[in-house]
Amino acid sequence: MVENRPFGNILPHLILWIGIAIVAFPVYLAFVGSTHEPTIIANGQMPLLPGPHLVENYYRTLFIGTSGTTREPVYTMLLNSFVMAMAIACGKIFISILSAYAIVYFKFPLRMTAFWVIFITLMLPVEVRIYPTYKIAADLNLLDTYAGLTLPLVASATATLLFRQFFMTVPDELVEASRIDGAGPFRFFFDTLLPLARTNMAALFVILFIYGWNQYLWPLLITTRDDMQTIVIGIKKMIVTSDALTEWQIVMATAMLAMLPPVLVVIAMQKLFVRGLVETEK
Amino acid sequence: MAEVTLKDVRKIYPGGVEAVKGITFDVPDGHFCVLVGPSGCGKSTLLRMIAGVETISSGEIRIGERVVNDIEPSERDIAMVFQNYALYPHMRVYDNMAYGLRNRKMDKAEIDRRVRDAARILEIEPLLDRKPRALSGGQRQRVAMGRAIVRSPKAFLFDEPLSNLDAKLRVSMRVEIRKLQKTFGTTSVYVTHDQLEAMTLADMLVVMNAGRVEQIGAPLAVYEKPATTFVATFIGAPAMNLLTMSGAEPALLLGNGSIPSEGAIIGIRPEDLALAPPGAPADGGIALPLTVVAVERVGPESFVYGTLDRGDSIIVRLPGTHAPAPGERAVAVASRAKLHVFSADGGRRL
Ligand SMILES: Nc1ncnc2c1ncn2[C@@H]1O[C@H](COP(=O)(O)OP(=O)(O)OP(=O)(O)O)[C@@H](O)[C@H]1O
Ligand SMILES: [Mg+2]
Repeated sequence: MVENRPFGNILPHLILWIGIAIVAFPVYLAFVGSTHEPTIIANGQMPLLPGPHLVENYYRTLFIGTSGTTREPVYTMLLNSFVMAMAIACGKIFISILSAYAIVYFKFPLRMTAFWVIFITLMLPVEVRIYPTYKIAADLNLLDTYAGLTLPLVASATATLLFRQFFMTVPDELVEASRIDGAGPFRFFFDTLLPLARTNMAALFVILFIYGWNQYLWPLLITTRDDMQTIVIGIKKMIVTSDALTEWQIVMATAMLAMLPPVLVVIAMQKLFVRGLVETEK
Repeated sequence: MAEVTLKDVRKIYPGGVEAVKGITFDVPDGHFCVLVGPSGCGKSTLLRMIAGVETISSGEIRIGERVVNDIEPSERDIAMVFQNYALYPHMRVYDNMAYGLRNRKMDKAEIDRRVRDAARILEIEPLLDRKPRALSGGQRQRVAMGRAIVRSPKAFLFDEPLSNLDAKLRVSMRVEIRKLQKTFGTTSVYVTHDQLEAMTLADMLVVMNAGRVEQIGAPLAVYEKPATTFVATFIGAPAMNLLTMSGAEPALLLGNGSIPSEGAIIGIRPEDLALAPPGAPADGGIALPLTVVAVERVGPESFVYGTLDRGDSIIVRLPGTHAPAPGERAVAVASRAKLHVFSADGGRRL
């Protein structure tokens, strides 16, 4: 339905702007908070305009850290989070595209069983299997390692199903044309299937990167050393209990920094992401 | 250059569908063989078995001297053109055509020469840098042809390559395919359910029905002497009129002693019938009184739909636009020489 009424657009725009304001205002406040002296927020007088300490606060946040509980500078947290989110997103895509390829294009015994087993794991996210997963990770000496941080989160039923769905829409004739052109399974995968799945992979990458970035429970369990901390956990630890003074300007700056990479990923991948969600042409 | 030989080829799909029920024929070197038949009769299955993208349940397929039953499609030295073209959507036209050759590790300069030659022949040179998405249906068709030509295979296999094109383009591509095949002299097997395509392209027509071959022959021979009532109604448009006659009726009508006593099916092509005023004599032919039901005038000819007094419907094809009006009575006449006589079950020509 495409209507063209000159004033009819006002109401939808109004609603959109109200929505944007509701979402953006807290982010703005966090930004404002990250540019003031600690005492100002602690006094309960939250200003509405940015203050003069932007550079100083961010420098301290990134390279020094709070003076209290988390002495680690935030750049190590950013690095940890980035490694974790990248490893999870890439690992998930790698594993699930391969398993979907096997399930769709190869006939092997128990193929459908394999498919259903993968399907069933949809009902077993990390939170549900947290104790056994922790036990295994601990037994394998994976505590405080990147492997421990990422491996248990890498297997993904959702991504496998998505790729399976995508592969099933690739016309059989394309597979046959490939065979006639002398492309074996590997060549077909790399020369035809991967390029066709590119936009889907990009869309999935965005979603999975954010999923990885936002992980909280698992990193909380598996990391004990400060230098293995992720940024999401770092923020939580910075907000200390009542007796000590929370350094709000650092917390706010950390929050801003924590939001940045997912936003950058979305912006960088935006074109592919949208195409991956809407494209139908094969 | 090679002949394609099929010996008692069968296909049973997992699940038990017997799509091809023992087919034997032989396409001589350089011939254009057209497989024609109604939807679901197993044409594509048979072609895909020749291509090697479908396994052969039993029987033997040879391309040239080689039995190819267990040979990979890429080793069979064939090229296939698909109904939906099956171009690689992410590759440029050039790469689409070059891909198979690159996989064979052919020399780069040789690939380039072949691709450009094919592009010149097919007049798609300006399109070489485009992606298939940016091509029209007819252009995609040409690229698909190009992909087949560059391989200079022993056999071309076509699965309804023109059925996605509009009527006009279909006619011109048909002519072109025929021309190309003659130029290269490559043995070809072409699947279609369009009988006009079948008649115009084929050196050799194979009419299939329900997984079996009904008749093999030159197109005109099949048209003039259909072996079964299935072929009779399938080849020719509008379809041949069939009149089922029991007992002694056909023998009386034809004045012919060789008709079996249980009856026969008489076939008359609409174009072999003429209309005469009611009461006209048979004049050594047969005369069938009828009432006109409807008339279709398509310009150069008209189709008269009538109901015979004996009950059957009949179609008469008349040249020009002059035809009786619906409701009028007339007599359809045909000379005896033009009649086709089939056994009562329709499975045999008498
Ligand atoms: N993969 C399959 N599994 C089971 N049965 C199949 C399969 N492919 C085709 N068939 C069946 O085999 C029969 C022949 O199919 P085929 O595709 O060869 O028909 P066709 O003559 O090419 O028809 P059309 O003119 O519609 O393309 C059909 O009854 C079809 O349902
Ligand atoms: Mg078919």
